Amino acid sequence: MRRIRNHPLLWPVLTLLLILVVNATLNPGFWKLQWRDGHLYGSVIDILNRAAPLMLVSLGMTLVIATRGIDISVGAVVAISASVAALMIGGTLVIHDGVPSYVSRYPMPLAIGCALLVAVVCGLWNGLLVAKIGLQPIIATLILMVAGRGIAQLVTGGQIVTVYYAPYFYMGNGYLWGLPFALFIALAVYVLLYCAVSHTALGLFIQAIGINPSAARLAGVKQRLISVCVYAFCGLTAGIAGLIISSNVKSADGNNAGNLMELDAILAVTLGGTLLTGGRFSLAGSLIGALIIQALTSTIYSIGVPPEINLVVKASVVFVVMLMQSAEFRRTLHTWVFVRRSPL
Amino acid sequence: MKWQSRYLPLAANMGLFSVMAVFGSVSYTGFFSVQAFLNLLIDNAFLVIVATGMTFVILTGGIDLSVGSVVALSTMVLAELVERQHWSIAFAIPVVLFMGIAFGALMGWLIQRFRLQPFIVTLAGMFLARGLCYLISIDSISITDPTYTDLAQMRISLGSDAAAVSLSAVLALLVLIAAVFVAHFTEFGRTVYAMGGNQHSATLMGLPVPRTMVLVYTLSGFCSALGGVVFTFYMLSGYGLHAVGLELDAIAAVVIGGTLLSGGIGYVAGTLFGVLTLGIIQSLIMFDGSLSSWWTRIVIGALLFVFCVLQRVFEARPQSG
Repeated sequence: MRRIRNHPLLWPVLTLLLILVVNATLNPGFWKLQWRDGHLYGSVIDILNRAAPLMLVSLGMTLVIATRGIDISVGAVVAISASVAALMIGGTLVIHDGVPSYVSRYPMPLAIGCALLVAVVCGLWNGLLVAKIGLQPIIATLILMVAGRGIAQLVTGGQIVTVYYAPYFYMGNGYLWGLPFALFIALAVYVLLYCAVSHTALGLFIQAIGINPSAARLAGVKQRLISVCVYAFCGLTAGIAGLIISSNVKSADGNNAGNLMELDAILAVTLGGTLLTGGRFSLAGSLIGALIIQALTSTIYSIGVPPEINLVVKASVVFVVMLMQSAEFRRTLHTWVFVRRSPL
Repeated sequence: MKWQSRYLPLAANMGLFSVMAVFGSVSYTGFFSVQAFLNLLIDNAFLVIVATGMTFVILTGGIDLSVGSVVALSTMVLAELVERQHWSIAFAIPVVLFMGIAFGALMGWLIQRFRLQPFIVTLAGMFLARGLCYLISIDSISITDPTYTDLAQMRISLGSDAAAVSLSAVLALLVLIAAVFVAHFTEFGRTVYAMGGNQHSATLMGLPVPRTMVLVYTLSGFCSALGGVVFTFYMLSGYGLHAVGLELDAIAAVVIGGTLLSGGIGYVAGTLFGVLTLGIIQSLIMFDGSLSSWWTRIVIGALLFVFCVLQRVFEARPQSG
């Protein structure tokens, strides 16, 4: 019992369950699953599918925040990667011997590879600015956040690039064993990352950097190298998320793809129990955090209030979570409760 | 040596502004005129006001990401009060300014009292203010009140020639002058600089650090609300999507204006040049005609990069924190 009560994932899981229960009360068909067109169909599946890009970005963001950093350029990187992939695949309808077939501009693996490479380069750029030049993470990534949208629009020529190549749609719309394929991508990245941080010293190094960068460096941790790698990895996950999003909507919009994604990702990471001050982090928590955000969005839709209200709800959640994480606030709360109780 | 490093970013920015102005004047006819330069100020008056508030925040070593949203919220509340509730402007504007002050003070209090990181508190504030806009209305509300449009279109002539400035440009200059005074001739200003230099030393020196911390965000909230009022003079409407990304422009203007992001060093007057530099980039791209609008974002990003790196190179003291 004590172990359960002190488990770091307790609160995120309870929050998620609470939102799911609210959803189920508001929408009686919430848990209903159907087998349709060879895959599962229902609200829960929809949430899982839509949460996948955010899960990926949150995983990358978790590591960055764990090293005391922040990456607010992920939304821009999502847009860049989506634009590169959509532009390189493009796709035209070719009728060959009376059989219509879609042909991509470049082979799909090449296009995906290029998009991911560009995303990693974006991450490396952030990492070098932070680790080599020594800029504050928020400012270093702000540069790419400002310029990144411009670059994405430069790639697409300021227009929405539409993709007409069916195999590409599998990533964001396809199903494997009845479940959304995007979910498998997110889980695969999670499993790889989990193995890397729990079965090697990497997790320990990241935590050491987050708790005290100077001490970590003195203890022989290659702080700069690890920081650069962490930002590059965050770029990579944003790149994959960009591919899934563009595949899902079958187009890429340099201006709006991944808009406000950085805020959602930071929110997901904090909800999952990762400390914004660095050090303690939880990958599984971030996955649950991403699910909480997506479930919350779906609740707001089902209540029937305008989706824009979402922002107010999210803001309130951030305020509550960051106050709960503040030692100062807990102390104040404790004193307050204690002082109120003492006369009794 | 110390003197040089302190003024270098500002000097670099002024040099850059002059080079761009000369380049524009040589390359494009009609670029060099008094009115063209006054227009830079008129079109960017709201940014000057917002960036002035941001300068104080950055001088203390903090950051305020909520400014764009507070500008949007101010335009929205103002449009709602004036257009739909038919309030007099003399009441509506003070209410909006007070709202900005309250919003900034709340964030400052959270940051100071609970030792939260400024960027995360103001990020949440950014969400909240944008969300509140949509609670008022999802659509744009245009302002048609005759007194209001008269105020917006008022031009104050300078001397005998055709050059004239708008009310918003005058407001921006007044804010700037007040800010220079506050920064250099008051206890508040000295505390801001001292906090940016080293917060612990400032506390040990007996300066009112906690109070100043809250006041700095309050000031930024006030400047954002005033920026919002000036923005409605410019747009004559309230809309939840107004001023998206303004926080980035404001931060860029402050950084390009020579204020160190780690705090403690910088000038409010530099911020004016930062804003004018951003404005002249837009004019150059517009005058060129062949460059698309997104080049503005890329150039601003590149400039931000160059100035950040410059700061690191010329930073005289080791990085704190």
